[in-house]
Amino acid sequence: MSKTLIRGAKVLGGAPQDVLIDGGTIAEVGGGLSAEGAEVVEADGKVLLPGLVDLHTHLREPGREDSETVLTGTRAAASGGFTTVFAMANTFPVADTAGVVEQVWRLGKEHGYCDVQPIGAVTVGLEGRKLAELGAMHESAAGVTVFSDDGKCVHDAVIMRRALEYVKAFGGVVAQHAQEPRLTEGAEMNEGVVSAELGLGGWPAVAEESIIARDVLLADHVGSRVHICHLSTAGSVEIVRWAKSRGIQVTAEVTPHHLLLTDELVRTYNPVYKVNPPLRTERDVMALREALADGTIDIVATDHAPHPHEDKDCEWAAAAMGMVGLETALSVVQETMVDTGLLDWAGVADRMSVKPAQIGQATGHGRPVSAGEPANLTLVDTAYRGLVEPAGFASRSRNTPYEGRELPGRVTHTWLRGKATLVDGKLT
Amino acid sequence: MQRHLISAADLTRDDAVLILDTAEEMARVADRPIKKLPTLRGRTIVNLFFEDSTRTRISFEAAEKRLSADVINFSAKGSSVSKGESLKDTAQTLEAMGVDAVVIRHGASGAPYRLANSGWIDAAVVNAGDGTHQHPTQALLDAFTMRRRLIGPDAGLGQDLEGKRITIVGDVLHSRVARSNVDLLHTLGAEVTLVAPPTLLPVGIETWPCEVSYDLDSTLPKSDAVMMLRVQRERMNAAFFPTEREYSRRYGLDGDRMARMPEHAIVMHPGPMVRGMEITAEVADSDRCTVVEQVANGVSIRMAVLYLLLGGNEPAVTHPRTEEK
Repeated sequence: MSKTLIRGAKVLGGAPQDVLIDGGTIAEVGGGLSAEGAEVVEADGKVLLPGLVDLHTHLREPGREDSETVLTGTRAAASGGFTTVFAMANTFPVADTAGVVEQVWRLGKEHGYCDVQPIGAVTVGLEGRKLAELGAMHESAAGVTVFSDDGKCVHDAVIMRRALEYVKAFGGVVAQHAQEPRLTEGAEMNEGVVSAELGLGGWPAVAEESIIARDVLLADHVGSRVHICHLSTAGSVEIVRWAKSRGIQVTAEVTPHHLLLTDELVRTYNPVYKVNPPLRTERDVMALREALADGTIDIVATDHAPHPHEDKDCEWAAAAMGMVGLETALSVVQETMVDTGLLDWAGVADRMSVKPAQIGQATGHGRPVSAGEPANLTLVDTAYRGLVEPAGFASRSRNTPYEGRELPGRVTHTWLRGKATLVDGKLT
Repeated sequence: MQRHLISAADLTRDDAVLILDTAEEMARVADRPIKKLPTLRGRTIVNLFFEDSTRTRISFEAAEKRLSADVINFSAKGSSVSKGESLKDTAQTLEAMGVDAVVIRHGASGAPYRLANSGWIDAAVVNAGDGTHQHPTQALLDAFTMRRRLIGPDAGLGQDLEGKRITIVGDVLHSRVARSNVDLLHTLGAEVTLVAPPTLLPVGIETWPCEVSYDLDSTLPKSDAVMMLRVQRERMNAAFFPTEREYSRRYGLDGDRMARMPEHAIVMHPGPMVRGMEITAEVADSDRCTVVEQVANGVSIRMAVLYLLLGGNEPAVTHPRTEEK
């Protein structure tokens, strides 16, 4: 196997060091390293992080290959510095059987840009009525450990309780899309001052918070762990903080867009800002940043949700919900968390690699950058600033809310078990 | 004036007064034996209606024809829209046929804004009602009606509605008429009070430039105009209020309540009325109720808006009053 020598990289943002990759493993980390025949990458002060892990990605294959495929989605992931993505189950057919999750897992393996760990549906067809064969999905080649009906809420309290209990047998975790369905009928945007003015159906914060409150109590009652997807309100933060203080096994994620954008943007009626959960208020954004910094929110997850152009080039009511995020996630986190002084690069590595790998049990990912560890790495030019240009995305879809916005940071290199998937910003 | 009319909130006081004054000129045309002006001859206007609305469509059509524009009516039912064509494609198709202005009614809030601001078409866009967002020509015709009744057709020229107390009653949550009226009446200096059960007021209303009350009886004596909004019977199925009877007992306008209004005060309704729900027949048919006048004024207002958006700087009507200026 080949050798790569990364020279002068700030490991987790620390003092510059050299990192030698030999085959699929980090061979040595230190000063003044040299290696015969190694390919040399001059990091020149760039920041080296463990490969990023996204616990919440929509790859759309099978079924919506017009918006994304496992190939294009994993290329987008590598481009954004990710070495593992967890693929959500709301495909067509739904990933609610061993057959579908194995197909997605196998496609990821064949393409080789990024490890793909399928998430299994909690209920058959995401319909919330009957548990899917969770055990079969776990025992399949895909080895599913995270289960979610994401896009829909497991709203029936009994089904949720059973799912939480059932997956304990094999150490699984249920990731809840917290959205009380009756409170969000006809909901189109955050309910508040802006929705009142725009005449768009309101999506109250309480629809998210009431489900989170219920689920942390359920998890406590049955002694299970629960993961909360894309937490978006200040009230949700308070509930999770309370649950953690009680020792309840809850973890939570926040998306990059909820760390940066607010519902004021909806005044443009541009559906590029239409997303589930909806963009909230400035106060929520600030509470989410603070919670990510203090560890109440464990991780950043992209909720990368590709949609074809026509599903966004229309009136608000007709538009699909979601934003692509894999290729801008790290930049948004730098903008909102690092450049604001809330988190250092070691903290970013923790929230975007170490913790998500732990929650999803992604073996070999989210490891320290030290000798003997798998060489899953990403190199970031943190001094870079530039405009987001969707035309350059590796994703098949372009539905980004950041078009034309200046953001800091650019991933220049990504290594998956020592194999470069991204070199100088170009996919291999 | 801007190139489009999307929201009543986009109008300045001077824009609004200019529209009202122009509408006053247009109203005089309706009194002539031949109710037609050559102003928009050769211009083409499409009435693009994605939602059923007989009265608004006919009002715009009458206004366009009186200005001599060529009129195309497009309703979504039975058209390519029902076969899945997008708003963008429909609009571009119509524009390719040489349309100068699009009058759009759409069930989705923001659809006219998207049409005007997405670079899909170049034509002027007039919002004829979008979802629960805005209905600016309704607000203008309401303000026109108030100015005529409370100040006078001649005395009102150049005037706004400074200090007038306007009460709007009913389903504010689902009402584009209420939103447009609050914006425009505030711009014109009026004091607006919204009255509704709390379930029919939107969360976030506290930033609106108006007062909010749950009590109709205490508001009526302080009102120069009371505007009753239509309340759809289906709303009670979604638990917005218990029964039709309870709604009309608490928020309906009947003869007894009307008697508590100041003598000069008028009763307004954008139509269609639900008699027996928000308004009794006694009130609806009384001299104080302006509902029929509002319909007539709607044509004048829409003539004024289309003229000002498309007509350039020439006077709309040759009339001694404009010649003196």
